[in-house]
Amino acid sequence: MPTSADHGAGSAGLAALYQERILEHYRRPRHKGTLERATGVHAEKNPLCGDDVTVAVRTSGGTVADARFTGVGCSIMQAAASMLMELVAGRTREEIEVLARRFDAMLASGEADASLGELGALAGVASFPTRHKCARLPWMALRGAMEQSKGE
Amino acid sequence: MSAAPRADFPLLAANPGLVYLDSAATSQKPRVVLDAMRSYYENANANPHRGAYKLSGISTEVYHDARREVARFLGAADADTLIFTRGTTESVNLLATAWGHQHVHRGDRIVVTRLEHHANFVPWQQLARDVGAEFRICELTHDGHVDLDQLRALVTANTKVVAFGHVSNALGTINDVPEIVKIAHAIGAVAFCDGAQGAPHLRVAFDDLEVDAYAFSGHKMLGPMGIGGVIVRRKLLEAMHPYQFGGDMIEFVFDGDTTWNVLPHKFEAGTPNVADAVGLAAAVRYLDALGMGVVRAHEVALSRYALERLAAIDGLHLYGPASAEARSGVVSFTLGDIHPHDVSTMLDVDGVCVRAGHHCAQPLMRALHTNATVRASFYVYNTAADVDALATSLAKAKARFHAHVG
Repeated sequence: MPTSADHGAGSAGLAALYQERILEHYRRPRHKGTLERATGVHAEKNPLCGDDVTVAVRTSGGTVADARFTGVGCSIMQAAASMLMELVAGRTREEIEVLARRFDAMLASGEADASLGELGALAGVASFPTRHKCARLPWMALRGAMEQSKGE
Repeated sequence: MSAAPRADFPLLAANPGLVYLDSAATSQKPRVVLDAMRSYYENANANPHRGAYKLSGISTEVYHDARREVARFLGAADADTLIFTRGTTESVNLLATAWGHQHVHRGDRIVVTRLEHHANFVPWQQLARDVGAEFRICELTHDGHVDLDQLRALVTANTKVVAFGHVSNALGTINDVPEIVKIAHAIGAVAFCDGAQGAPHLRVAFDDLEVDAYAFSGHKMLGPMGIGGVIVRRKLLEAMHPYQFGGDMIEFVFDGDTTWNVLPHKFEAGTPNVADAVGLAAAVRYLDALGMGVVRAHEVALSRYALERLAAIDGLHLYGPASAEARSGVVSFTLGDIHPHDVSTMLDVDGVCVRAGHHCAQPLMRALHTNATVRASFYVYNTAADVDALATSLAKAKARFHAHVG
């Protein structure tokens, strides 16, 4: 049984979790705002902490032309949303599914995945299981928005 | 100095670096509680009230003694009016279901306060929806107290119940129980008190409090999880329908109807949780040995010190009453623009355990215009050094978060 003394992450883990690239996205989020002519919009909430994110996409022929997010929440959620919006522009529905699986795999392993672009910086979240949901929330909202956008 | 030796608590003793500041969620358990439960299973385990053999008799006796011990601790002379439940949540559900459906009807009013934990909010809200009653929430004064003037106005002639917490789990506010009871009784409503955050920290004298029911949780007062209870005025309990049906709570079961056992059994269907009741009895004996006056004084001193240390941190916003005397050992705050979950994660790495979130009080968080706060809560084993560790870790968190701003 893990004991309370096992802070698997330690302060090195904390440095990885709150690295500058993540805090920078938190302070100056990219692609934050409403999206005109959105083809799919979906909101996800984490009732435990009140995190709340809405993702809007505009797709054309199954490819993301543009994506935006709005919402409030912790640094990990906000940074993940900001980085995710940057990653998905120009991607097809199928590519996004593959990336989503890779992101989940990264949270399980803690190994940064270069194919995830800046989101690779979130590998440090792996050592903080109570924070996985924060990093996954924007992905859940994106999936909902893509679902609504089907056929566009 | 702590009020109780850290060495008495095996988990704390085994983790010297741990700064446990989440006792409002659940307390740590002293060895005497764990030993009492183990000893019950090793020496007295049998299904009580069932067998004619000696061991079952011993188990029955042990269970009865535990009830007497806890009732005595909470100042109730009539021990059979203490119903054991899984905890405060089940206790409130018992009241809202068994008493509520019998006494609250369309057009009646139920009054709660803005401070309530979801466990003392949702059961009443849902009862109101079920029967078509009005559900009204008494708002707070600017310093986090129940607005008693508004309460007087809200408690109208059609009000059947005022349900309120003894102490707010989110802000630590200690409510004026006698005054709230007076307001309820003035128009003939019952006053039900959620004592989950009261019983662990304040001397409760049920027979003097005049509340009609007082609910509590064992695990917040050094006892095990899964046991708690509610003390209810005998005349209310005797008139109430049972809450759950099954073994133990019956007297005679006929093909077409059933008669009910006497108190407390009428409200305790199924095999009782004897081992946890024994653990809870050991916990209240332990608290008695410390002295509830000492427990309270210790918490006021720690809260005062914490309020002082935290107020000195630039950008830290404190919620709740300004004075330590008006609170239990709970300090709720936000740290600048850093989300409470980020604060909590950064503190965790320093071994400082605090709660971040809405504290099961979403209606209160909305009124405070926030989604979440950080909450540090103190109990008998905490020390000024724990407060220092909290303040130091908060300063580090702030530096880390704001290091590269600009």
